[in-house]
Amino acid sequence: MSTSASRIGQRFQQRLDAGRKLLIPYITAGDPKPEITVNLMHGMVKAGADIIELGVPFSDPMAEGPVIQKAMERALHYATSLSDVLDMVAEFRKTDNETPIVVMGYLNPIEVMGYSEFAAKAAKAGVDGVLTVDIPPEEADDYISSLKNKGLDPVFLVAPTTNTERMAQISRAGGGFVYYVSVKGVTGAGHLNTDEVSDKVEQIKAVSKLPVGVGFGINDAASAKRVASVSDAVVVGSAIVRRIEENATNSDKINSEVCKFIQELRAAID
Amino acid sequence: MSTDSAKYNLPDEKGHFGQYGGKFVAETLMVPLDELQQAYDKYMQDPDFIKELDFELQQYVGRPSPLYFAEGWTNHVGGAKIYLKREDLNHTGAHKVNNTVGQALLAKRMGKKRIIAETGAGQHGVASATVAAKLGMECVVYMGAEDIQRQAMNVYRMKLLGAKVVPVTSGSQTLKDALNEAMRDWVTNIDDTFYIIGTVAGPHPYPAMVRDFQAILGRESREQIMQHEGRLPDALVACIGGGSNAIGLFYPFIDDATVKMYGVEAAGDGIETGRHAAALCAGDPGVLHGNRTYLIEDKNGQIIPTHSISAGLDYPGVGPEHAWLKDIGRAEYVSVTDSEALQGFHDLTRIEGILPALESSHAVAYTAKLASTMNKDQIVVMNLSGRGDKDIHTVATHEGIEL
Repeated sequence: MSTSASRIGQRFQQRLDAGRKLLIPYITAGDPKPEITVNLMHGMVKAGADIIELGVPFSDPMAEGPVIQKAMERALHYATSLSDVLDMVAEFRKTDNETPIVVMGYLNPIEVMGYSEFAAKAAKAGVDGVLTVDIPPEEADDYISSLKNKGLDPVFLVAPTTNTERMAQISRAGGGFVYYVSVKGVTGAGHLNTDEVSDKVEQIKAVSKLPVGVGFGINDAASAKRVASVSDAVVVGSAIVRRIEENATNSDKINSEVCKFIQELRAAID
Repeated sequence: MSTDSAKYNLPDEKGHFGQYGGKFVAETLMVPLDELQQAYDKYMQDPDFIKELDFELQQYVGRPSPLYFAEGWTNHVGGAKIYLKREDLNHTGAHKVNNTVGQALLAKRMGKKRIIAETGAGQHGVASATVAAKLGMECVVYMGAEDIQRQAMNVYRMKLLGAKVVPVTSGSQTLKDALNEAMRDWVTNIDDTFYIIGTVAGPHPYPAMVRDFQAILGRESREQIMQHEGRLPDALVACIGGGSNAIGLFYPFIDDATVKMYGVEAAGDGIETGRHAAALCAGDPGVLHGNRTYLIEDKNGQIIPTHSISAGLDYPGVGPEHAWLKDIGRAEYVSVTDSEALQGFHDLTRIEGILPALESSHAVAYTAKLASTMNKDQIVVMNLSGRGDKDIHTVATHEGIEL
């Protein structure tokens, strides 16, 4: 197991040592409006989240299914920018200095801000890891060094199509944890096959010291439980965002519905 | 000609044109893109494949297309001699088919059963559906809901050809969103599906592969102008959305330093209005759709909706090779407005009896400007990338005429 000093590495180690698999819920920052995000993050922690994955809205989210696409459109309706997302993290950190935060998004907003400036601002805000969907390690030398210089973990994806050679390359380049994309498809897709996931997680662990989180296609307590049994962490995104969409006009209900769902997921994987 | 050692030789093995290009995609696509690269490299060296490609281009597409001296228009403009590369005479009516034939034959060799494509004006969708029909492959075309409205005829053509046309209602509902949706399909159906990208954008190897399939029109132009005039042209002009017809024309001339190259972007209502699609003239570098290039984006890195009367130019990015040719000063990128393009449309139609596509009409408008500043013994080759039948409704509506 990783002995990384980062908040993400420590959290994985503490939880796994205590026999608890990690639950990593995803929400899109600013969805359905910016002022609810920080409260919702605190609520998710109380309900049992171990790490929070915070989506950065982007106009062209190529890896997202319809649920998260619409979440990003709602957030962009209020022009939620990368800077705004970092401000939300800083606000969250005022009362929670423990829960690791991974920001997940697409390269262009970071590219436009500049890698170094982004890394400095993200570190200052209290971000722990950065997952950028559309930058593979081959293109990422400057990106990785900018993040690592500021103590941020570059989290990379491994996919069902990734061969073992690339798995090794990805885990050398990355930090925090390896995010295994459990299906060929976009976020929120179906057809999760636990046996295949189990095989892939074993393959990753054979070449990587990092813990492995699994996401894409985990949409209820039962699938979360199955995936948790074969991995270190479970990432749940679209199933949470769908609950936000269904209650978009009622902030209190968003909080209660999302937290209730996270409690269900927590109970199922523990 | 330059010496061999100085020859233009891009992209590099990672697909970079200087800082542009590359492979900026989600991990799921990385290995499939490597497999595509390997198959492409292999078959482009395979005499059987080349023979089949040449045969189809000649017998099915109708190549070579003429390089036509537009004498009447030359006299009208009053300057350099203007030649038109008649890609409008290809089967399906535009240059797009050069690339879809190449990629579909490659798909077949790779054992893929299903083709997907994105389309803006519908020309690439039609060209993909056409080749899929001929090869007996399933074809799904993603098209922005707004573009479906303004290109109803091409939508019906695709359906007649047996393709499924999927309206894309996310984002701005135009070409960029169709590309997003096609990428999502590809990532989901990666095992049996070949994604035919229609322009010189996307992740490596697409920009180089599409360029190579389109370069036939530039090679022909080079030979044809030597036959007609015994010398190379002084200038090349082509319209640019993603830039496939332009790079097809430019590429075989890149090492000929005396040949100037002009890429014409869509200025829409005028660049100063913000309602345009001129990424090279008015954009900034960024990353979208798998490559680094010039983009029309806001200060936060969000892609801004574009505007052009021509659906095929209505795209916020541009092929990475054009970004590089701009930065090194090898090609010059200019823009013309919707109304200038419409004037070009009418002029060429009335003077030469050739109805240009609204995309190509941008090149027509700039060629007239450029040629009028040149001497009578100079030569301009313009790529007439497609025919304008598909645009008749758009033109009529714009001019308040009900058909």
